[in-house]
Amino acid sequence: MAADPPTVPGSKPRRPIPPRLMPDRTGSPYHPTTARDAAARGAAGLRGQPTSSEVIAGLRATSHGDNLIQLLSPEGTLTENKDFPIELDAELLRGLYRDMVLVRRFDREGNALQRQGQLSIWVPLLGQEAAQIGAGRAMRPTDMAFPSYREHGIAWCRGIDPTELLGIFRGTDHCGWDPKATRFNCYTIVIGNQVLNATGYAMGQRLDGTVGAPEPDDGESRNEATIVFFGDGATSQGDVHEGMVFAAAFDAPVVFYCQNNQWAISEPVGKQSRVPLWERSTGYGFPGVRVDGNDVVACLAVTRWALEECRSGNGPVMIEAFTYRMDAHTTSDDPTRYRLADEEQHWKLLDPIERVKVHLSRQGMADQEFFDGVGAEADELAARFRAHCIAMPKPPPERIFAHVYSEPHHQLGQQQREYLDYLASFEDDHEDATPGKVTR
Amino acid sequence: MSAGTDPSIDAKPVTLAKALNMSLRAAMEDDPKVIVMGEDVGKLGGVFRVTDGLQKDFGDHRVLDTPLAESGIIGTAVGLAMRGYRPVAEIQFDGFVFPGFDQIISQVAKVTYRSEGAWSMPLVIRIPFGGGIGAVEHHAEAPESFFCHIGGLRVVACSTSQDAYDMLRAAIACDDPVIFFEPKRRYWEKGQLDPTAGRTDTRERPPGCFSSVVRRPGTDVTVVSYGPSMLILHSAADAAAAEGRSLELIDLRTLSPLDLGPVLQSVRKTGRLVVVSEAPRESSITADIAARVTEEAFYSLAAPVLRVAGFDTPYPPSRLEEDYLPDLDKVLDAVDRAMGF
Repeated sequence: MAADPPTVPGSKPRRPIPPRLMPDRTGSPYHPTTARDAAARGAAGLRGQPTSSEVIAGLRATSHGDNLIQLLSPEGTLTENKDFPIELDAELLRGLYRDMVLVRRFDREGNALQRQGQLSIWVPLLGQEAAQIGAGRAMRPTDMAFPSYREHGIAWCRGIDPTELLGIFRGTDHCGWDPKATRFNCYTIVIGNQVLNATGYAMGQRLDGTVGAPEPDDGESRNEATIVFFGDGATSQGDVHEGMVFAAAFDAPVVFYCQNNQWAISEPVGKQSRVPLWERSTGYGFPGVRVDGNDVVACLAVTRWALEECRSGNGPVMIEAFTYRMDAHTTSDDPTRYRLADEEQHWKLLDPIERVKVHLSRQGMADQEFFDGVGAEADELAARFRAHCIAMPKPPPERIFAHVYSEPHHQLGQQQREYLDYLASFEDDHEDATPGKVTR
Repeated sequence: MSAGTDPSIDAKPVTLAKALNMSLRAAMEDDPKVIVMGEDVGKLGGVFRVTDGLQKDFGDHRVLDTPLAESGIIGTAVGLAMRGYRPVAEIQFDGFVFPGFDQIISQVAKVTYRSEGAWSMPLVIRIPFGGGIGAVEHHAEAPESFFCHIGGLRVVACSTSQDAYDMLRAAIACDDPVIFFEPKRRYWEKGQLDPTAGRTDTRERPPGCFSSVVRRPGTDVTVVSYGPSMLILHSAADAAAAEGRSLELIDLRTLSPLDLGPVLQSVRKTGRLVVVSEAPRESSITADIAARVTEEAFYSLAAPVLRVAGFDTPYPPSRLEEDYLPDLDKVLDAVDRAMGF
C-alpha cells in the first residue's frame, strides 16, 4: 500500500497566510468597537427606531399588576408580609448590599473587557442583581442550581469566583467551574434545556428520599431542593412546558425561578404570553408567586419559602421575579433599535441597590465608611477580574479531544495523535500550537 | 443476578425482545441506580413488551411511566444521570426521537465535554428502529446516522439475542451515553442466550458491545451490516454458497465509534466489500465505511466498495417497503457486481 512520504517532525515550512484567509472581524459583533463602527451603528439605530406598538408593549411591561410581593420599596421602606416572614438584621442587609455591589462591579468590568477585545462577548446582568442575590442567598449548600447564562449573581452566591466565569466568554473553556462540587451546573445556552435537566435532578432527589423527610432532632435536615433559572423568553420553549409537566407528575422538589426582565433580546414579554407569567403555574397545578425582582429582601424571603416548600415535599413552585434588563441582551446587541430610553429611566428609579443603601443609611445600619469600603473592595475585585482575564492563555490543542467521553475512545485517540503529529511536522512551532498539558 | 445459574434459561432459545428484558432485569438487580423510564414502559411493559414485568417487580420508583414528551424523557434523564442514576430511557419508535433530539445533541452529548469530565452521562437511550413491519409513517425509520455524526455519543445496534443481552448490559454499565438501536422486526426472532457468556461473574461487563465481529468466515466478498439486515446477510451467504461463492459476514454492532479493524482485515483478504443498511444512502454509515476503507485499504481493493441501502426519500408507505429495504436479491446483485470487476 502506497503512503504519503513519511513526515519528518519539524521539517515542514509554514506557508504565509494570505490576507483574505485571516479572520476579518471588522463589522463582527465581537470586534472591539471603533468610533467608525459606533457611528455606523448609530445610523442604523435611527433607521430602526422602535415601532409604536413596541413602545406600548415596553411601557406596559413596567406595570407589575396587583400581585407583586414587595418588602423593601424603591424608597427604602421596609414592610412585612405574613406569608413571607423574614428576620432581618443589619449584618444580613449589609451582606446583601455588598453582594450586589460586587456583582454589579465585575459585571461592568465584563462589558469593558469585551469592548477592549479581551472577551468575545459578555452577558450583562445589570438591573437583575437583587433577583439573583436574593435567590442565591436563599439556597442551602446542599441545594442544586441550574443556571441559564446570565446568572453571574447566583454563581457568586455558590462560591464560584468571578474569574471562573471568564473562560466561556473569552473562548478558553465551556465551563470554568466544577458543576458537581459547587452544585451550580454549567451555564446552559440553548434556551430552556436546563429546565428539564433540573427537573430530572429534582426527580432524583425525591427518589433518593432527601425530600420531605422528618426534621431530625439534632443537626441539619437532609432535605434538598433544586432551583432552575430561566428568562421570560424561555417560557415559550417546549422544554420549560415539559419541565413543569414532569415536575408536577413526579412531585419534583424544583423551584422554577423565572427572571422576567421584560425583553428576550428585542421581543417584549407580551410576545411570549397573554397572561402574567406567574399565573401559568396554576395550569400545571402548583403555586406561583410574582415577586419584585428589584427587591433583594423579597426575593430572599420568597425563594426561602419556595425552597422550603420543595424540601418538605410540597414542590414544585414557580417564582416570577419581575425585573428589568438595564443593559443590552449581550454586548453584541443594540437595544436602541427596539426600546426607548424612557423605559430604562423608569426602571432606573427602581434600582435594586439604591433602595438597600437608603434603608441602611436611614436606619443607621451602615455608615459612609462601610459604603466606601465596599466600593474599594469592588474596585479591587474588578482589577483582579481584569488582570486574570488578560493573562488567560489559549488552551493547548489536546483540549479539543479531552473529556468528549468518560471512557477511552480509539477513534478520537487516533484523531488526536494524527493532529498533534501534523502540528509537530512544522519547523516553526507556533507558540500557541505547542502541545502542552491540559490545565484544569 | 442468578440468570446464569437458571438452567431453564440456558437451555432454551429466547426472543431478542426477551433477551433485552432479561438484560434490563439483570442490570436492575445488580445496581439500584439503574432505572427505566419512558412512555408505557410500566404496566403495559412497553409497546413491544421489552420492559414487561419490570415495574411489577421493581416498583414504580424504578420503572417510570413518563408524560408523553420525548424531550422531557431525555431532558429529565440527563438530570437523573447528574444525580447519580443510570437511566435507561425508551423512545417508543425511531420516528419519535426527534422531539428529544435537541436534548440529545445539546445536552446528552456535550455535558461531559462542557464540564471537563465533572459530569459523566451514563445514560442509555433505547430506540426500536427499522422497517419491514407494515407500519404507518414514522414507525419504520433508520435514523442512526444522525447520532453517529455527534461527538460525545456512542451508537450501537444489536442483531442477535445474545448480543441484545450482552450489549444492553454493557451499554448500561458504560459511563458514556449510548444510543441503543434495537431491530424491531427481529424482536420475535429466537436465538441462543447464555447470560454468563465470556464472563466468570455475571456482574462483569459483557465483552463485545463496542466491537465488530465476523459472523461467518469467507473468502470472496466481505459483506458488512448491522441490526435487522444481518439476517438477510446470512440468507445471502447461504444462497451464494450454493453458487460456489464464499461471503465473509461482519456485524458492525458498534456504529460510533466504528470498529473497522475486522472490516479492514477482511477486505485485505477478499478485496471486495459490500455494505448493507436500511438507512438512506447519502451521508450515511455506509458512506463512511466506503470512505474509510478506501483511505486505509485502497491497494487491497479489487472492486469499488458497493452499497445496498435505502433510497434518499422519506420512508415510503408500507406496501412499498419491500422495494425500499435491502433484501436477498439486492445483496446478491451487489455481490455479483463486486465479483464482476
